[in-house]
Amino acid sequence: MILTGAQILVRTLIEQGVTDIFGYPGGQVINIYDALYEYRAEINHVLTAHEQGAAHAADGYSRATGKVGVCLATSGPGATNLVTGIATAMLDSIPMVAITGNVPCSLIGKDSFQEIDITGVTLPITKHNYFVSDIAQLADTLREAFAVAKSGRPGPVLVDIPKDVQVGKYEYEPKGVVEKTPLPTVEETLIEQAVDLISQAKRPYIYVGGGAAGLGMGRAIVEFANKIDAVIGCSFMGLSAVPQENERFLGMQGMHGHYASSMAQNEADLILGIGVRFSDRATGNVAKFAKQSKIIQLDPDCAEINKNVRVDLGLVGDVCDSFSRIAKKCEAKSNPAWLARVNRLKEEEASFEAEIAAANQAPLSPKQVFEIINAEKKAGTVIATDVGQHQMWTAQYAYFDRPRRIVSSGGLGTMGFGLGAAIGAYTATKDPVILITGDGSFGMNLNELATAVTYKIPVVIVLMNNGVLGMVRQWQTLFFGKRYSSTVLERKTDFVALAKAFGLDGCVAETPVEFRKAFQGAVAGNKPFVIDVRIDKDEMVLPMLPPGGAISDIITKI
Amino acid sequence: MEKRFIIAVYVENKSGVLTRVTGMFTRRGFNIDTLTVGATEREEFSRITICMRGDKYVQEQMINQLKKLLVVKKVEVIEEEPIQRELMLIKVVNDAKNRSDIMTAVDVFRASVIDYSPEGMCIEVTGSPSKIDAFVKLMQPFGILEMCRTGIVALDRGVTTLFSK
Repeated sequence: MILTGAQILVRTLIEQGVTDIFGYPGGQVINIYDALYEYRAEINHVLTAHEQGAAHAADGYSRATGKVGVCLATSGPGATNLVTGIATAMLDSIPMVAITGNVPCSLIGKDSFQEIDITGVTLPITKHNYFVSDIAQLADTLREAFAVAKSGRPGPVLVDIPKDVQVGKYEYEPKGVVEKTPLPTVEETLIEQAVDLISQAKRPYIYVGGGAAGLGMGRAIVEFANKIDAVIGCSFMGLSAVPQENERFLGMQGMHGHYASSMAQNEADLILGIGVRFSDRATGNVAKFAKQSKIIQLDPDCAEINKNVRVDLGLVGDVCDSFSRIAKKCEAKSNPAWLARVNRLKEEEASFEAEIAAANQAPLSPKQVFEIINAEKKAGTVIATDVGQHQMWTAQYAYFDRPRRIVSSGGLGTMGFGLGAAIGAYTATKDPVILITGDGSFGMNLNELATAVTYKIPVVIVLMNNGVLGMVRQWQTLFFGKRYSSTVLERKTDFVALAKAFGLDGCVAETPVEFRKAFQGAVAGNKPFVIDVRIDKDEMVLPMLPPGGAISDIITKI
Repeated sequence: MEKRFIIAVYVENKSGVLTRVTGMFTRRGFNIDTLTVGATEREEFSRITICMRGDKYVQEQMINQLKKLLVVKKVEVIEEEPIQRELMLIKVVNDAKNRSDIMTAVDVFRASVIDYSPEGMCIEVTGSPSKIDAFVKLMQPFGILEMCRTGIVALDRGVTTLFSK
């Protein structure tokens, strides 16, 4: 059938299984919005307050489900407002398709009104991008964009569509949902080498990353750890991949990771990395990272092997396939000395934590906030976060009861990510959603409260308000002689009044009793709610590896 | 150990492809010595020849990052003494005192004079980069007015091709 470019775009999105899209209208996407109006029964458009919110929502949508998130913006400032959201998805390998309008081809390159070279701008922050100059290529380009976004190591793809292509007419033929491009299977000899290394290991540590989380490998990893008597740790992106209550699971390692997890990784004689990229926040000083350990790395991306750390064996290809073949071939064994050592590390960790808790004089500590959240949240709750101290406390203390329940910007560390992402996660799952944020991060994109109210997103916002930019302040305390340059906010924002102005309710909580009551009420209320949680400005995230330090430099108390 | 190596890359013959490749080098902090790009035996592809220095990890990372670009169809290191050529145009001062020395050098290097005026001459030299370097050195005392080099193009010896590897 003959359709306009705008109709072809929307029909192709529907054809690819897209049911929700986040965006903001503008001059060069009016035709697309007209087509969205036409097909509104088949595709739900969520109008955000800002294009950045739309990009984060598409990202949160994907993180919570694994589906490709889609966002839409007009040319020029609309497109550039997506940039932080696209970069956030890129650094965490989140499948996303971002669609932008642009000026007609006849006006391209003439600095026309709201013209920007968005494919040029997003070149380094997309897996790939397209400028569609020919309507004949439109549908297939979009299909390819979806295939690229979700295949191999996932990532964001941008498709820029000039106005004349949206307006023009062309034949549209529906096709099926594009399949992921299959990854190569790893050669048997490499699998055997991995099995050899694992069978020689006496102190094995399975290191789980975002790749493993995305592939839903948690149960298989636990079974394998039982078989070879290994312990399991994860990167920030690997959180929620493995059931936290499992005794072999030591939690996140790295700069603000759990003591036992970081120490065990440092003492292991074999690290089996699954879908993990050994980022600088995870390894600390690379030159001193896991020196006595053999490292095996399973990843779909060839360029991740030997990029950040030198590994002994890199298995590039289908991670699930490689892992299950290794798991099958490995013989069961036991490492009682290693498990005993890890138990001692866990005891040390518990005593550090008890010491910190005992020393805390504040009426409400971050740890208490999370104890209450963990106890009172509903099953299946998605926890979105912003970036800073509250994010690291989430990583340390929050309980995620199944995979894909943490929605947080790991690689890029995007303050202002959380609210938009929470809206996206709820739109995708309809599961309960909590946003853990700080007063700094929340201030960046709180305009999306309007979206939460309009679309009745029952997000419970736990705003950990300490009046300072806590993470930077923590560094200033520890490494800059308490010179608090621009980290003391001294704002007079009344968050409860602000919530009311946006059309939702809120309250202040200063003690555990107040917070529990407020949180219970908010969860039961089933509508957006802000809890302004007052915490002490001198709370720190511990343990901490000093920047550039090795695991042995870990700081466990101040 | 740092060494010089040559990478040949088949890319889609489309606009914007070179930007994707060079943008990646900038982003990843790779320093390249020379880069050339041009047509190939297949109309749909261009061939990029990159010459750079680094240890085996730099080489491996460079190749893997190239492989990730969707526009890149094939990447290979050209190893073990490939056939390599570079072309240079060099404009030198032409005066009575130096003329015969320059002409001798042109003769010995099998270069050719492609433009001639009473004050200067332009010489074309083709060969391995070291030959070009030697010619530049030889011309320096006479006064080099301007020069440009193409960077290296290289092929494997024998019947091996990039696609047969």
